[in-house]
Amino acid sequence: MLKQIEGSRAVAEAVALCRPEVICAYPITPQTHIVENLGQLVKTGELSNCEFINVESEFAALSVAIGASATGARAYTATASQGLLFMAEAVYNASGLGLPIVMTIGNRAIGAPINIWNDQQDSMSMRDAGWIQLYAETNQEAVDLHIQAVRLAEELSVPVMVCVDGFILTHAYERVDLPSQEQVDAFVPAYEPRQVLDPAEPVTIGAMVGPEAFTEVRYLAHYRQMQALWLIPELAEEFEQHFGRAAGGLLRPYHTEAAETLVVALGSVNGTIKDVVDQLNDEGVAIGCVSITSFRPFPARKLRETIGHARRVVVIEKSLAVGIGGIVSTDVRMALAGAGIPVFTVIAGLGGRAITQASLHDVLTKAHHDALQRLTFLDLRHDVIHREIERLETQRRSGPVAENILRELGSVADHIG
Amino acid sequence: MFQVRIHGRGGQGVVSAAEMLSIAGFLEGRHTQAFPSFGSERMGAPVMAFCRFDDKEIRLREPVMAPDALIIQDTTLLHQVNLFEGVCDAGYVLINSTRTPSELGLDDFFASRPGIRVLTVPASQLALEHVGRPLPNAALLGGFAALTGIIRFDSVAAAIAEKFSGRIASSNVAAAKAAYEIAVTATREASAAC
Repeated sequence: MLKQIEGSRAVAEAVALCRPEVICAYPITPQTHIVENLGQLVKTGELSNCEFINVESEFAALSVAIGASATGARAYTATASQGLLFMAEAVYNASGLGLPIVMTIGNRAIGAPINIWNDQQDSMSMRDAGWIQLYAETNQEAVDLHIQAVRLAEELSVPVMVCVDGFILTHAYERVDLPSQEQVDAFVPAYEPRQVLDPAEPVTIGAMVGPEAFTEVRYLAHYRQMQALWLIPELAEEFEQHFGRAAGGLLRPYHTEAAETLVVALGSVNGTIKDVVDQLNDEGVAIGCVSITSFRPFPARKLRETIGHARRVVVIEKSLAVGIGGIVSTDVRMALAGAGIPVFTVIAGLGGRAITQASLHDVLTKAHHDALQRLTFLDLRHDVIHREIERLETQRRSGPVAENILRELGSVADHIG
Repeated sequence: MFQVRIHGRGGQGVVSAAEMLSIAGFLEGRHTQAFPSFGSERMGAPVMAFCRFDDKEIRLREPVMAPDALIIQDTTLLHQVNLFEGVCDAGYVLINSTRTPSELGLDDFFASRPGIRVLTVPASQLALEHVGRPLPNAALLGGFAALTGIIRFDSVAAAIAEKFSGRIASSNVAAAKAAYEIAVTATREASAAC
């Protein structure tokens, strides 16, 4: 059914259609509306046979989800930013134990400095924690990925994060086609756990494992994610047959075949990138783009097949590995190892800075003419940086950097774009 | 594509206004996209929200930099935020005020941008009258429908009724209708004067 609703509401309705049995909730911006809506759906009885548990922290939220999942319940939670960091230990435990929890991340920057706005540093910080990570480009895809995530998680017994750009998607009202309960029931069968805590048949889950077997347990976690490289496209295909629209898969190419310059990105920024790709193609620039949906497992082979013919690749990423540069770029370079294709990193949209068509047009034109530096910070305010560096060099007690800059620029978030 | 930017303060229903506008467009079968841009999340802080209309899927996620229409919910922002930034030459500006643009000291700006059609409606006052609270958002949408003609009043009324329920919905629709009538009259007079 077509609806014009907020992204968070759409995600909540999609999650409810998957019949979760335990939802653990702790609010944090910009994810709060998702669990609020789910709480409402449980309270009104629209989502039945589900326990909605308010917990005291994010660490508790995922810990309760782990406990619930270990008893054979379909468990769900959502978080963002510092909340994800606070649950970090449990994030590793959920995957280490092979518990198929689905968690939404309303992507948001990580402090300090404290910042409520969107980037993808939070989920990137957990990229190696053993969870499958799927990134949504639109709210329609956020809905569809959650439905696929439940199947994927339970078939492999691996937890899945569905990453949805905070505010840009979570707070956006746009057209979303929500499937019926019957459609979702036919796609997502009842949960058949591989392991259950059951007093009738006692087992231990979470025993200590020494050097004799730790590598094997970790290898099997890797093995399951490698299986996901096959299962994710299969589920996407089945989803399309079943629901009549394409969603998910490992990655999605756009005008890639004839392109000399290829842009790679994750999440909602791909929409703006596609508009800019269209503009540049109209101007005679041979450019295309690839939206990576599955960041973990990383579809290295598929990516190489898709972009291996390019003369150059530009990775636009909403996170920063301080001390090296790009996070996504590093994996893209690995996928292209030996191909001799230069990979440019563009760090963009940090802490909610708008990624505009004009800036993308400029940076991609430069890249196409090989006039871009290997690491570029989109719309970096060089004057601000120079003044602060000068302050650092001339004064020992130069004071807190963020506050120095704010004093120069005025109030928080008062600019358009 | 038709792009709208709404300026106001936290607590004035700026975000809801953009959301209702997007619902109104959706009800007419169009693709619409509404989203907010928060400053610090608190009552009274400047807030912006955006709404785009198009006949095809809207992929663009940047803030509205070059609005075809601006809605200004709070005139105390006029000299605090660069409200008019990027507004199109043949654009529309709708201001919540009991005063005229001239009384608001905007003559110089609009003289320098003669293509822009500007209108003030006393939306807070209308809301106080009809709803009992000075929340101007729904009333402004009625004015917006009349000023721009890009959306029908019935769609605005239906969107308000979808967002709110019961008496709050009906009273907001009444406020919107009153603003719509004022704007229709003012727009007719303006075109007669031309």
